[in-house]
Amino acid sequence: MIFVTVGTQLPFPRMIEAVVAWAKQHGRTDLFIQHAGYAASLEGLPNSEFLDAATSARLMNEADIVVAHAGTGTILACLQNGTPCIIVPRKASLGEHRNDHQFATARRFEGRKGVFVVWDIADLPGILDRADALDGSDGINPFAEERLLQAIRDFIDERD
Amino acid sequence: MSRTRPRVLAISSRGGHWTQLRRLRKAFEGCDVTWASTDVGLAKEVAPERFAFVPDASRWDRAKLAWTILRVLWLVIRLRPDAIVSTGAAPGYFALRFGKLVGARTLWLDSLANAGELSLSGRKASKFADLTLTQWAHLGKPVERELALRPGTIFFSGSVL
Repeated sequence: MIFVTVGTQLPFPRMIEAVVAWAKQHGRTDLFIQHAGYAASLEGLPNSEFLDAATSARLMNEADIVVAHAGTGTILACLQNGTPCIIVPRKASLGEHRNDHQFATARRFEGRKGVFVVWDIADLPGILDRADALDGSDGINPFAEERLLQAIRDFIDERD
Repeated sequence: MSRTRPRVLAISSRGGHWTQLRRLRKAFEGCDVTWASTDVGLAKEVAPERFAFVPDASRWDRAKLAWTILRVLWLVIRLRPDAIVSTGAAPGYFALRFGKLVGARTLWLDSLANAGELSLSGRKASKFADLTLTQWAHLGKPVERELALRPGTIFFSGSVL
């Protein structure tokens, strides 16, 4: 199953349209699309505007591949689960977000095992064609960097 | 380290902020921690630790925002935490503001998503938070203990990744 998710804030028509066009062309129906309010046709594919935490976690766990905007939470969840994720950063110039911070996020994660960044939406179908062969991450440490944890511990311990 | 376990409130909105907040949980070992977020379904994830629901809001919806502010205020007064830690966004910002009123020490950890500059909430929180951390080295100064309690300065000490 391919879990397509755009996060809790804004719709992302450019990515959804590209995924739906690909699914239609290949007769794929094993998708679930969380779209945050995308109004156009989803070709009868299973979808939801938003998901509660439990459903979202379940779909994340069941997914063979995740296609998502470059949201930090989604990428971290995929790395933790070992699910390959194809990510598309949102562009502010297209009204997809307030700024281009998702490009920095995508750059930060690009090159990690299991993360596939789509810089040009025209490249998305090609990656989806070989999605079944993509490897996920080997899992990551479930905690923050030790120096960050230590800074927080020191901060808490410094009370009066 | 002393008498009782420090009471900690760890608060953020759902989604990416929450995922990052949860990756800090190892720093709260030995603390009496309450988690708070904007989705009741997350209670299961933190059990048996305590969970408190707070409604979500953005700057754009005044009525919802007022409701969020009241609920966060109530939570902070009821809990009287020794320390409050947030990764964002609106609920965490207000928790830090009210935390100062009840004498809590307050920490803002800006989201990993903000590589270019601190988030708007983070910039506002940094004016009064006891410690503001960015997750990007080029946006903050290295943490040194004697400097750590200086509102208005942004520090860097690694990331949630």
